[in-house]
Amino acid sequence: MSIETIISQFVGGLSVSMLLFLVASGLTLIFGVAKVFNFAHGSFYLLGAYFSYQAIALFNNFWAGVIAATIGAGLIGMLLEICFIRKIRGRSEEGAFQILLTYAFILIIDDAVKFIWGPEYKTIQKPPSLAGTLEIGAVSLPKYNLFIIVLGIVIVIVAWYILSRTKTGKIIQAASTDSQMVGLLGVNVSMVMSLVFGVATAMGGLAGAMAAPLRTVTSGSGVEVIIESLIVVVIGGLGNFWGALLGAVLIGEVNAFGVLWLPQWASLLSFVVMIVVLIFKPKGLLSNEPTRKKI
Amino acid sequence: MSDILLVQNIDSYYGKSHILFGASFSVKKGETFCLMGRNGAGKTTTFKNIVMLVPPKSGEVIFNGKKITGMKPYHTARLGLGLVPEDRRIFGLLSVKDNLELGTSTGRLGHWNLELIYSYFPALEEYQERMAGTLSGGEQQMLTIARTLMGNPEILLLDEPTEGLSPVMIKVLKDLVLKLKELNTTILLSEQNIKFSMAVSDRVAIIDRGHMVYEADVDTFRKDDEIKMKYLSV
Repeated sequence: MSIETIISQFVGGLSVSMLLFLVASGLTLIFGVAKVFNFAHGSFYLLGAYFSYQAIALFNNFWAGVIAATIGAGLIGMLLEICFIRKIRGRSEEGAFQILLTYAFILIIDDAVKFIWGPEYKTIQKPPSLAGTLEIGAVSLPKYNLFIIVLGIVIVIVAWYILSRTKTGKIIQAASTDSQMVGLLGVNVSMVMSLVFGVATAMGGLAGAMAAPLRTVTSGSGVEVIIESLIVVVIGGLGNFWGALLGAVLIGEVNAFGVLWLPQWASLLSFVVMIVVLIFKPKGLLSNEPTRKKI
Repeated sequence: MSDILLVQNIDSYYGKSHILFGASFSVKKGETFCLMGRNGAGKTTTFKNIVMLVPPKSGEVIFNGKKITGMKPYHTARLGLGLVPEDRRIFGLLSVKDNLELGTSTGRLGHWNLELIYSYFPALEEYQERMAGTLSGGEQQMLTIARTLMGNPEILLLDEPTEGLSPVMIKVLKDLVLKLKELNTTILLSEQNIKFSMAVSDRVAIIDRGHMVYEADVDTFRKDDEIKMKYLSV
Protein backbone atom coordinates (compact mmCIF):
# COMPACT_ATOMS: atom_id res chain seq x y z
CA MET A 1 0.00 0.00 0.00
CA SER A 2 1.34 3.41 -0.93
CA ILE A 3 2.23 6.05 1.60
CA GLU A 4 -0.15 8.43 -0.23
CA THR A 5 -3.10 6.15 0.47
CA ILE A 6 -2.14 5.89 4.11
CA ILE A 7 -1.86 9.66 4.49
CA SER A 8 -5.14 10.39 2.77
CA GLN A 9 -6.87 7.66 4.78
CA PHE A 10 -5.37 9.05 7.98
CA VAL A 11 -6.62 12.56 7.21
CA GLY A 12 -10.07 11.23 6.34
CA GLY A 13 -10.10 9.31 9.62
CA LEU A 14 -8.96 12.33 11.59
CA SER A 15 -11.76 14.51 10.22
CA VAL A 16 -14.30 11.88 11.29
CA SER A 17 -12.54 11.76 14.66
CA MET A 18 -12.97 15.50 15.14
CA LEU A 19 -16.69 15.32 14.41
CA LEU A 20 -17.01 12.44 16.83
CA PHE A 21 -15.00 14.37 19.39
CA LEU A 22 -17.38 17.33 19.16
CA VAL A 23 -20.30 15.08 20.09
CA ALA A 24 -18.49 12.81 22.54
CA SER A 25 -16.77 15.59 24.48
CA GLY A 26 -20.15 17.20 25.12
CA LEU A 27 -21.57 13.89 26.25
CA THR A 28 -18.68 13.32 28.63
CA LEU A 29 -18.74 16.90 29.93
CA ILE A 30 -22.43 16.65 30.78
CA PHE A 31 -21.86 13.32 32.47
CA GLY A 32 -18.85 14.63 34.39
CA VAL A 33 -20.50 17.76 35.74
CA ALA A 34 -24.20 16.97 35.94
CA LYS A 35 -23.95 13.17 36.32
CA VAL A 36 -26.55 12.94 33.58
CA PHE A 37 -26.09 10.40 30.84
CA ASN A 38 -27.69 12.26 27.97
CA PHE A 39 -28.95 9.58 25.60
CA ALA A 40 -30.45 12.37 23.52
CA HIS A 41 -27.06 13.92 22.82
CA GLY A 42 -27.09 12.57 19.27
CA SER A 43 -30.40 14.34 18.72
CA PHE A 44 -28.65 17.70 19.01
CA TYR A 45 -26.31 16.57 16.25
CA LEU A 46 -29.46 15.76 14.27
CA LEU A 47 -31.02 19.14 15.07
CA GLY A 48 -27.77 20.81 14.04
CA ALA A 49 -27.93 19.20 10.61
CA TYR A 50 -31.56 20.26 10.05
CA PHE A 51 -31.11 23.78 11.46
CA SER A 52 -28.20 24.14 9.09
CA TYR A 53 -30.31 22.85 6.18
CA GLN A 54 -33.05 25.35 7.03
CA ALA A 55 -30.72 28.32 7.44
CA ILE A 56 -28.99 27.52 4.15
CA ALA A 57 -32.38 27.32 2.44
CA LEU A 58 -33.21 30.77 3.84
CA PHE A 59 -29.91 32.60 3.48
CA ASN A 60 -28.14 30.53 0.85
CA ASN A 61 -24.96 30.60 2.92
CA PHE A 62 -23.21 27.57 4.42
CA TRP A 63 -21.80 29.51 7.38
CA ALA A 64 -25.21 30.86 8.30
CA GLY A 65 -26.16 27.19 8.60
CA VAL A 66 -23.23 26.45 10.88
CA ILE A 67 -24.07 29.36 13.15
CA ALA A 68 -27.78 28.53 13.25
CA ALA A 69 -26.98 24.90 14.07
CA THR A 70 -24.61 25.76 16.90
CA ILE A 71 -26.77 28.41 18.55
CA GLY A 72 -30.06 26.61 17.90
CA ALA A 73 -28.94 23.27 19.30
CA GLY A 74 -27.33 24.98 22.33
CA LEU A 75 -30.48 26.95 23.13
CA ILE A 76 -32.73 23.92 22.86
CA GLY A 77 -30.28 21.90 24.95
CA MET A 78 -30.26 24.54 27.68
CA LEU A 79 -34.04 24.82 27.56
CA LEU A 80 -34.50 21.06 27.98
CA GLU A 81 -32.06 21.09 30.90
CA ILE A 82 -33.84 23.93 32.67
CA CYS A 83 -37.39 22.70 32.00
CA PHE A 84 -36.96 18.95 32.47
CA ILE A 85 -33.60 17.50 33.48
CA ARG A 86 -33.15 19.93 36.36
CA LYS A 87 -36.54 18.92 37.78
CA ILE A 88 -35.49 15.33 38.39
CA ARG A 89 -32.08 16.14 39.89
CA GLY A 90 -31.51 14.76 43.36
CA ARG A 91 -34.50 12.40 43.38
CA SER A 92 -33.83 8.90 44.54
CA GLU A 93 -35.10 7.49 41.23
CA GLU A 94 -32.95 9.97 39.30
CA GLY A 95 -30.98 7.36 37.33
CA ALA A 96 -34.05 5.64 35.89
CA PHE A 97 -35.78 8.97 35.22
CA GLN A 98 -32.75 10.23 33.32
CA ILE A 99 -32.85 7.25 30.99
CA LEU A 100 -36.59 7.58 30.41
CA LEU A 101 -36.44 11.33 29.98
CA THR A 102 -33.47 11.51 27.62
CA TYR A 103 -34.75 8.51 25.64
CA ALA A 104 -38.07 10.31 25.28
CA PHE A 105 -36.19 13.32 23.90
CA ILE A 106 -34.70 11.09 21.17
CA LEU A 107 -38.15 9.95 20.04
CA ILE A 108 -39.72 13.38 20.27
CA ILE A 109 -36.90 15.17 18.44
CA ASP A 110 -36.74 12.47 15.75
CA ASP A 111 -40.46 12.76 15.07
CA ALA A 112 -40.47 16.53 15.33
CA VAL A 113 -37.77 16.62 12.65
CA LYS A 114 -39.79 14.32 10.37
CA PHE A 115 -42.90 16.38 11.05
CA ILE A 116 -41.25 19.69 10.22
CA TRP A 117 -38.87 18.76 7.40
CA GLY A 118 -40.39 15.53 6.07
CA PRO A 119 -38.98 12.01 6.07
CA GLU A 120 -36.95 12.25 2.86
CA TYR A 121 -33.13 12.61 2.79
CA LYS A 122 -31.68 16.09 2.56
CA THR A 123 -28.33 17.10 1.17
CA ILE A 124 -26.13 20.04 2.02
CA GLN A 125 -23.37 21.19 -0.32
CA LYS A 126 -19.89 22.01 0.88
CA PRO A 127 -19.23 25.76 0.77
CA PRO A 128 -17.57 26.71 -2.55
CA SER A 129 -14.46 27.96 -0.72
CA LEU A 130 -13.86 24.49 0.75
CA ALA A 131 -14.79 22.40 -2.26
CA GLY A 132 -12.00 20.62 -4.09
CA THR A 133 -8.70 19.30 -2.85
CA LEU A 134 -5.39 20.52 -1.66
CA GLU A 135 -2.39 18.92 -3.38
CA ILE A 136 0.53 18.24 -1.08
CA GLY A 137 3.18 16.45 -3.09
CA ALA A 138 1.53 13.38 -4.56
CA VAL A 139 -1.26 13.40 -1.98
CA SER A 140 -4.50 15.20 -2.67
CA LEU A 141 -6.57 15.94 0.40
CA PRO A 142 -10.12 17.29 0.44
CA LYS A 143 -10.07 20.88 1.71
CA TYR A 144 -13.30 20.36 3.62
CA ASN A 145 -11.84 17.50 5.67
CA LEU A 146 -8.73 19.55 6.41
CA PHE A 147 -10.95 22.40 7.57
CA ILE A 148 -12.82 20.09 9.95
CA ILE A 149 -9.50 18.96 11.43
CA VAL A 150 -8.33 22.55 11.93
CA LEU A 151 -11.69 23.48 13.47
CA GLY A 152 -11.46 20.47 15.78
CA ILE A 153 -7.96 21.43 16.90
CA VAL A 154 -9.04 25.03 17.53
CA ILE A 155 -11.95 23.79 19.64
CA VAL A 156 -9.66 21.46 21.60
CA ILE A 157 -7.32 24.37 22.35
CA VAL A 158 -10.14 26.74 23.33
CA ALA A 159 -11.71 24.04 25.53
CA TRP A 160 -8.35 23.28 27.14
CA TYR A 161 -7.84 26.96 27.84
CA ILE A 162 -11.29 27.43 29.35
CA LEU A 163 -11.16 24.26 31.45
CA SER A 164 -7.66 24.68 32.85
CA ARG A 165 -7.00 28.41 32.83
CA THR A 166 -10.23 30.18 33.72
CA LYS A 167 -12.20 30.27 36.93
CA THR A 168 -15.28 28.94 35.14
CA GLY A 169 -13.23 25.98 33.96
CA LYS A 170 -11.98 25.31 37.45
CA ILE A 171 -15.51 25.48 38.79
CA ILE A 172 -16.52 22.93 36.13
CA GLN A 173 -13.63 20.65 37.08
CA ALA A 174 -14.39 21.00 40.78
CA ALA A 175 -18.11 20.43 40.20
CA SER A 176 -17.38 17.21 38.35
CA THR A 177 -15.77 15.78 41.47
CA ASP A 178 -17.94 17.36 44.19
CA SER A 179 -20.71 19.67 43.00
CA GLN A 180 -22.23 19.96 46.47
CA MET A 181 -19.01 21.39 47.91
CA VAL A 182 -18.79 23.84 45.02
CA GLY A 183 -22.27 25.02 45.99
CA LEU A 184 -21.17 25.45 49.61
CA LEU A 185 -18.49 27.86 48.39
CA GLY A 186 -21.19 30.11 46.92
CA VAL A 187 -21.39 28.89 43.32
CA ASN A 188 -24.83 28.54 41.76
CA VAL A 189 -24.13 25.03 40.50
CA SER A 190 -27.51 24.69 38.74
CA MET A 191 -26.61 27.62 36.54
CA VAL A 192 -23.19 26.14 35.79
CA MET A 193 -24.89 22.88 34.80
CA SER A 194 -27.31 24.64 32.44
CA LEU A 195 -24.37 26.45 30.87
CA VAL A 196 -22.41 23.22 30.43
CA PHE A 197 -25.49 21.62 28.92
CA GLY A 198 -25.89 24.53 26.53
CA VAL A 199 -22.25 24.51 25.41
CA ALA A 200 -22.18 20.71 25.06
CA THR A 201 -25.35 20.57 22.97
CA ALA A 202 -24.11 23.52 20.88
CA MET A 203 -21.00 21.49 20.07
CA GLY A 204 -23.24 18.58 19.07
CA GLY A 205 -25.18 20.93 16.78
CA LEU A 206 -21.95 22.22 15.27
CA ALA A 207 -20.85 18.64 14.58
CA GLY A 208 -24.17 17.93 12.87
CA ALA A 209 -23.85 20.96 10.62
CA MET A 210 -20.22 20.20 9.74
CA ALA A 211 -20.93 16.52 9.07
CA ALA A 212 -23.96 17.20 6.88
CA PRO A 213 -22.06 17.72 3.58
CA LEU A 214 -20.18 14.44 4.14
CA ARG A 215 -23.22 12.34 4.99
CA THR A 216 -26.87 12.54 4.14
CA VAL A 217 -29.14 14.42 6.49
CA THR A 218 -31.74 12.00 7.79
CA SER A 219 -33.70 11.61 10.99
CA GLY A 220 -31.94 8.38 11.96
CA SER A 221 -28.48 9.95 12.15
CA GLY A 222 -28.91 11.06 15.76
CA VAL A 223 -29.13 7.49 16.99
CA GLU A 224 -26.15 6.39 14.87
CA VAL A 225 -23.95 9.12 16.27
CA ILE A 226 -24.95 8.50 19.89
CA ILE A 227 -23.87 4.86 19.59
CA GLU A 228 -20.49 5.85 18.14
CA SER A 229 -20.07 8.55 20.79
CA LEU A 230 -20.98 6.13 23.52
CA ILE A 231 -18.18 3.81 22.33
CA VAL A 232 -15.81 6.78 22.27
CA VAL A 233 -16.55 7.92 25.82
CA VAL A 234 -16.49 4.39 27.20
CA ILE A 235 -13.05 3.83 25.63
CA GLY A 236 -11.75 7.19 26.84
CA GLY A 237 -13.23 7.03 30.33
CA LEU A 238 -16.71 8.42 31.01
CA GLY A 239 -16.49 11.98 32.31
CA ASN A 240 -12.96 12.63 31.06
CA PHE A 241 -12.59 15.33 28.43
CA TRP A 242 -9.18 14.15 27.15
CA GLY A 243 -10.47 10.60 27.12
CA ALA A 244 -13.12 11.71 24.64
CA LEU A 245 -10.42 13.14 22.37
CA LEU A 246 -8.29 10.01 22.60
CA GLY A 247 -11.28 7.72 22.06
CA ALA A 248 -12.51 9.76 19.09
CA VAL A 249 -9.11 9.69 17.36
CA LEU A 250 -8.81 5.96 18.02
CA ILE A 251 -12.27 5.11 16.67
CA GLY A 252 -12.00 7.50 13.71
CA GLU A 253 -8.70 5.98 12.61
CA VAL A 254 -9.68 2.39 13.32
CA ASN A 255 -12.68 2.86 11.05
CA ALA A 256 -10.67 4.65 8.37
CA PHE A 257 -8.04 1.88 8.15
CA GLY A 258 -10.52 -0.88 8.87
CA VAL A 259 -12.40 -0.02 5.70
CA LEU A 260 -9.11 -0.28 3.84
CA TRP A 261 -7.76 -3.50 5.26
CA LEU A 262 -10.71 -5.48 6.58
CA PRO A 263 -13.66 -4.06 4.63
CA GLN A 264 -16.06 -6.89 5.48
CA TRP A 265 -15.35 -6.45 9.23
CA ALA A 266 -15.19 -2.66 9.32
CA SER A 267 -18.48 -2.08 11.06
CA LEU A 268 -17.48 -4.42 13.89
CA LEU A 269 -14.07 -2.94 14.58
CA SER A 270 -15.22 -0.13 16.90
CA PHE A 271 -16.86 -2.68 19.14
CA VAL A 272 -13.79 -4.90 19.11
CA VAL A 273 -11.62 -1.95 20.18
CA MET A 274 -14.08 -1.13 22.95
CA ILE A 275 -14.11 -4.69 24.25
CA VAL A 276 -10.32 -4.94 24.22
CA VAL A 277 -9.99 -1.62 26.08
CA LEU A 278 -12.58 -2.64 28.67
CA ILE A 279 -10.84 -5.96 29.32
CA PHE A 280 -7.60 -4.20 30.25
CA LYS A 281 -8.93 -0.86 31.53
CA PRO A 282 -12.50 -1.43 32.75
CA LYS A 283 -12.97 2.28 33.50
CA GLY A 284 -11.60 3.43 30.14
CA LEU A 285 -8.18 4.66 29.09
CA LEU A 286 -8.20 7.97 30.95
CA SER A 287 -10.72 7.44 33.72
CA ASN A 288 -11.07 9.96 36.53
CA GLU A 289 -11.53 7.16 39.01
CA PRO A 290 -8.71 4.83 39.86
CA THR A 291 -9.11 1.32 38.51
CA ARG A 292 -9.78 -1.12 41.31
CA LYS A 293 -6.54 -2.60 42.55
CA LYS A 294 -5.99 -6.29 42.28
CA ILE A 295 -5.75 -8.01 45.63
CA MET B 1 -23.60 41.09 72.14
CA SER B 2 -26.24 40.31 69.56
CA ASP B 3 -27.20 36.94 68.14
CA ILE B 4 -25.88 36.40 64.63
CA LEU B 5 -27.27 32.90 64.19
CA LEU B 6 -30.47 31.57 65.69
CA VAL B 7 -31.42 27.94 65.37
CA GLN B 8 -35.03 27.55 66.45
CA ASN B 9 -36.62 24.26 67.21
CA ILE B 10 -35.37 22.37 64.17
CA ASP B 11 -36.42 18.81 63.40
CA SER B 12 -34.50 16.82 60.88
CA TYR B 13 -34.79 13.43 59.27
CA TYR B 14 -32.35 11.31 57.33
CA GLY B 15 -34.58 9.22 55.13
CA LYS B 16 -37.13 7.95 57.66
CA SER B 17 -34.96 8.15 60.76
CA HIS B 18 -35.49 11.15 62.97
CA ILE B 19 -32.11 12.77 63.68
CA LEU B 20 -32.81 16.12 65.36
CA PHE B 21 -35.63 16.73 67.81
CA GLY B 22 -36.40 20.41 68.19
CA ALA B 23 -32.81 21.59 68.45
CA SER B 24 -32.42 25.26 69.44
CA PHE B 25 -29.43 27.43 70.22
CA SER B 26 -27.96 30.77 69.26
CA VAL B 27 -24.51 32.06 68.43
CA LYS B 28 -23.49 35.59 69.36
CA LYS B 29 -21.37 37.82 67.20
CA GLY B 30 -17.66 37.31 67.87
CA GLU B 31 -17.95 34.27 70.09
CA THR B 32 -16.87 30.68 69.61
CA PHE B 33 -19.77 28.39 70.30
CA CYS B 34 -19.05 24.70 70.52
CA LEU B 35 -21.55 21.95 69.88
CA MET B 36 -20.37 18.78 71.54
CA GLY B 37 -21.66 15.24 71.34
CA ARG B 38 -20.75 11.68 70.57
CA ASN B 39 -20.60 10.17 67.10
CA GLY B 40 -24.05 10.12 65.59
CA ALA B 41 -25.48 12.59 68.11
CA GLY B 42 -26.55 14.95 65.32
CA LYS B 43 -23.72 17.50 65.12
CA THR B 44 -23.08 17.19 61.39
CA THR B 45 -26.81 17.09 60.65
CA THR B 46 -27.23 20.32 62.59
CA PHE B 47 -24.52 21.95 60.46
CA LYS B 48 -26.07 20.64 57.25
CA ASN B 49 -29.41 22.05 58.40
CA ILE B 50 -27.92 25.46 59.07
CA VAL B 51 -26.37 25.86 55.60
CA MET B 52 -29.45 24.24 54.03
CA LEU B 53 -27.57 21.32 52.53
CA VAL B 54 -30.39 19.40 54.15
CA PRO B 55 -33.21 21.82 54.96
CA PRO B 56 -34.82 21.07 58.32
CA LYS B 57 -38.29 19.45 58.26
CA SER B 58 -39.56 22.05 60.67
CA GLY B 59 -38.22 24.95 62.68
CA GLU B 60 -36.32 28.02 61.55
CA VAL B 61 -32.76 29.13 61.01
CA ILE B 62 -32.28 32.87 61.29
CA PHE B 63 -29.06 34.53 60.24
CA ASN B 64 -28.48 38.23 60.87
CA GLY B 65 -32.18 38.65 61.56
CA LYS B 66 -33.12 37.07 58.23
CA LYS B 67 -34.93 33.77 57.84
CA ILE B 68 -32.75 31.50 55.70
CA THR B 69 -34.76 28.29 56.08
CA GLY B 70 -35.27 26.66 52.69
CA MET B 71 -32.70 28.72 50.80
CA LYS B 72 -30.20 27.05 48.48
CA PRO B 73 -26.79 26.27 50.03
CA TYR B 74 -24.96 28.59 47.62
CA HIS B 75 -27.21 31.42 48.75
CA THR B 76 -26.40 30.82 52.42
CA ALA B 77 -22.70 30.84 51.50
CA ARG B 78 -23.13 34.18 49.75
CA LEU B 79 -24.91 35.56 52.82
CA GLY B 80 -21.83 34.73 54.91
CA LEU B 81 -22.20 31.22 56.32
CA GLY B 82 -18.91 29.44 55.71
CA LEU B 83 -19.01 25.69 56.30
CA VAL B 84 -15.84 23.68 56.69
CA PRO B 85 -17.17 20.13 56.32
CA GLU B 86 -15.84 17.35 58.51
CA ASP B 87 -14.84 15.20 55.54
CA ARG B 88 -12.79 18.15 54.16
CA ARG B 89 -13.80 17.72 50.54
CA ILE B 90 -10.89 19.49 48.93
CA PHE B 91 -10.75 19.32 45.13
CA GLY B 92 -7.93 16.81 44.88
CA LEU B 93 -7.20 17.20 41.16
CA LEU B 94 -6.92 20.99 41.35
CA SER B 95 -3.91 22.85 42.71
CA VAL B 96 -3.84 24.24 46.24
CA LYS B 97 -4.06 27.75 44.81
CA ASP B 98 -7.06 26.85 42.62
CA ASN B 99 -8.80 25.40 45.66
CA LEU B 100 -8.24 28.67 47.51
CA GLU B 101 -9.43 30.77 44.58
CA LEU B 102 -12.66 28.78 44.33
CA GLY B 103 -13.27 29.92 47.90
CA THR B 104 -13.82 33.47 46.63
CA SER B 105 -16.98 32.35 44.80
CA THR B 106 -19.12 33.85 47.55
CA GLY B 107 -18.34 37.21 45.98
CA ARG B 108 -17.88 38.62 49.49
CA LEU B 109 -15.17 41.19 50.07
CA GLY B 110 -13.47 41.60 53.39
CA HIS B 111 -10.48 40.88 55.51
CA TRP B 112 -9.18 37.75 53.76
CA ASN B 113 -7.26 37.52 50.52
CA LEU B 114 -4.67 35.13 49.11
CA GLU B 115 -1.71 37.05 50.50
CA LEU B 116 -3.12 37.13 54.01
CA ILE B 117 -4.10 33.46 53.84
CA TYR B 118 -0.53 32.60 52.90
CA SER B 119 0.79 34.57 55.87
CA TYR B 120 -1.45 32.53 58.19
CA PHE B 121 -0.82 29.24 56.37
CA PRO B 122 2.79 29.34 55.12
CA ALA B 123 2.70 25.65 54.12
CA LEU B 124 -0.10 26.38 51.64
CA GLU B 125 2.02 29.01 49.93
CA GLU B 126 4.90 26.58 49.67
CA TYR B 127 2.64 23.92 48.09
CA GLN B 128 0.43 26.31 46.08
CA GLU B 129 1.12 24.69 42.72
CA ARG B 130 0.75 21.12 44.00
CA MET B 131 -2.35 19.05 43.44
CA ALA B 132 -4.39 19.36 46.62
CA GLY B 133 -4.92 15.60 46.74
CA THR B 134 -1.22 15.09 47.47
CA LEU B 135 -1.33 17.04 50.76
CA SER B 136 -1.30 15.26 54.10
CA GLY B 137 -4.50 15.01 56.14
CA GLY B 138 -3.51 17.88 58.39
CA GLU B 139 -2.56 20.10 55.46
CA GLN B 140 -5.85 19.26 53.77
CA GLN B 141 -7.70 20.32 56.91
CA MET B 142 -5.82 23.64 56.86
CA LEU B 143 -6.66 24.01 53.17
CA THR B 144 -10.39 23.52 53.74
CA ILE B 145 -10.41 26.12 56.49
CA ALA B 146 -8.35 28.51 54.37
CA ARG B 147 -10.61 27.91 51.35
CA THR B 148 -13.70 28.83 53.37
CA LEU B 149 -11.96 31.89 54.86
CA MET B 150 -11.21 33.11 51.30
CA GLY B 151 -14.97 33.62 50.96
CA ASN B 152 -14.91 36.06 53.90
CA PRO B 153 -17.69 34.38 55.87
CA GLU B 154 -19.40 36.22 58.67
CA ILE B 155 -19.59 33.01 60.66
CA LEU B 156 -17.24 30.07 60.30
CA LEU B 157 -18.79 26.65 60.86
CA LEU B 158 -16.08 24.14 61.72
CA ASP B 159 -17.40 20.59 61.74
CA GLU B 160 -15.17 18.35 63.86
CA PRO B 161 -11.93 19.91 62.65
CA THR B 162 -9.67 17.81 64.91
CA GLU B 163 -11.03 14.50 63.67
CA GLY B 164 -8.23 12.26 62.43
CA LEU B 165 -5.50 14.83 63.12
CA SER B 166 -2.23 14.09 64.92
CA PRO B 167 -1.62 15.79 68.30
CA VAL B 168 0.88 18.10 66.59
CA MET B 169 -1.70 19.18 63.99
CA ILE B 170 -4.34 19.62 66.70
CA LYS B 171 -1.98 22.06 68.41
CA VAL B 172 -1.50 23.95 65.11
CA LEU B 173 -5.26 24.03 64.63
CA LYS B 174 -5.80 25.28 68.18
CA ASP B 175 -3.36 28.15 67.61
CA LEU B 176 -5.13 28.99 64.36
CA VAL B 177 -8.57 29.08 65.99
CA LEU B 178 -7.19 31.27 68.79
CA LYS B 179 -5.77 33.66 66.18
CA LEU B 180 -9.13 33.75 64.41
CA LYS B 181 -10.75 34.58 67.74
CA GLU B 182 -8.38 37.51 68.13
CA LEU B 183 -9.73 38.78 64.82
CA ASN B 184 -13.23 38.63 66.37
CA THR B 185 -14.30 35.85 64.02
CA THR B 186 -17.63 34.26 64.95
CA ILE B 187 -17.15 30.50 65.07
CA LEU B 188 -19.60 27.64 65.42
CA LEU B 189 -17.61 24.55 66.21
CA SER B 190 -18.57 20.94 66.59
CA GLU B 191 -16.25 18.67 68.52
CA GLN B 192 -15.75 15.47 70.44
CA ASN B 193 -12.33 16.51 71.68
CA ILE B 194 -13.09 18.01 75.12
CA LYS B 195 -9.64 19.48 75.68
CA PHE B 196 -9.62 21.25 72.32
CA SER B 197 -13.11 22.54 72.83
CA MET B 198 -12.33 23.92 76.30
CA ALA B 199 -9.22 25.64 74.95
CA VAL B 200 -10.99 27.59 72.24
CA SER B 201 -14.70 27.95 73.09
CA ASP B 202 -16.61 30.66 74.89
CA ARG B 203 -19.79 28.64 75.29
CA VAL B 204 -20.52 24.96 75.02
CA ALA B 205 -23.69 23.04 74.23
CA ILE B 206 -24.20 19.29 74.19
CA ILE B 207 -26.36 17.38 71.80
CA ASP B 208 -27.26 13.80 72.60
CA ARG B 209 -29.23 11.55 70.27
CA GLY B 210 -30.72 14.58 68.56
CA HIS B 211 -31.73 16.44 71.72
CA MET B 212 -30.01 19.54 73.09
CA VAL B 213 -29.27 18.54 76.67
CA TYR B 214 -26.89 21.16 78.01
CA GLU B 215 -25.70 24.70 77.45
CA ALA B 216 -23.24 26.69 79.55
CA ASP B 217 -20.30 29.05 79.35
CA VAL B 218 -16.96 27.35 79.06
CA ASP B 219 -15.89 27.95 82.68
CA THR B 220 -18.97 26.21 84.01
CA PHE B 221 -18.46 23.41 81.53
CA ARG B 222 -14.84 23.03 82.57
CA LYS B 223 -15.88 22.27 86.16
CA ASP B 224 -18.82 20.12 85.24
CA ASP B 225 -17.24 16.66 85.19
CA GLU B 226 -20.52 14.88 85.74
CA ILE B 227 -21.92 16.22 82.46
CA LYS B 228 -18.78 15.24 80.60
CA MET B 229 -19.00 11.71 82.01
CA LYS B 230 -22.66 11.40 81.20
CA TYR B 231 -22.72 12.68 77.63
CA LEU B 232 -19.20 12.74 76.25
CA SER B 233 -17.23 9.82 77.68
CA VAL B 234 -16.61 6.98 75.33
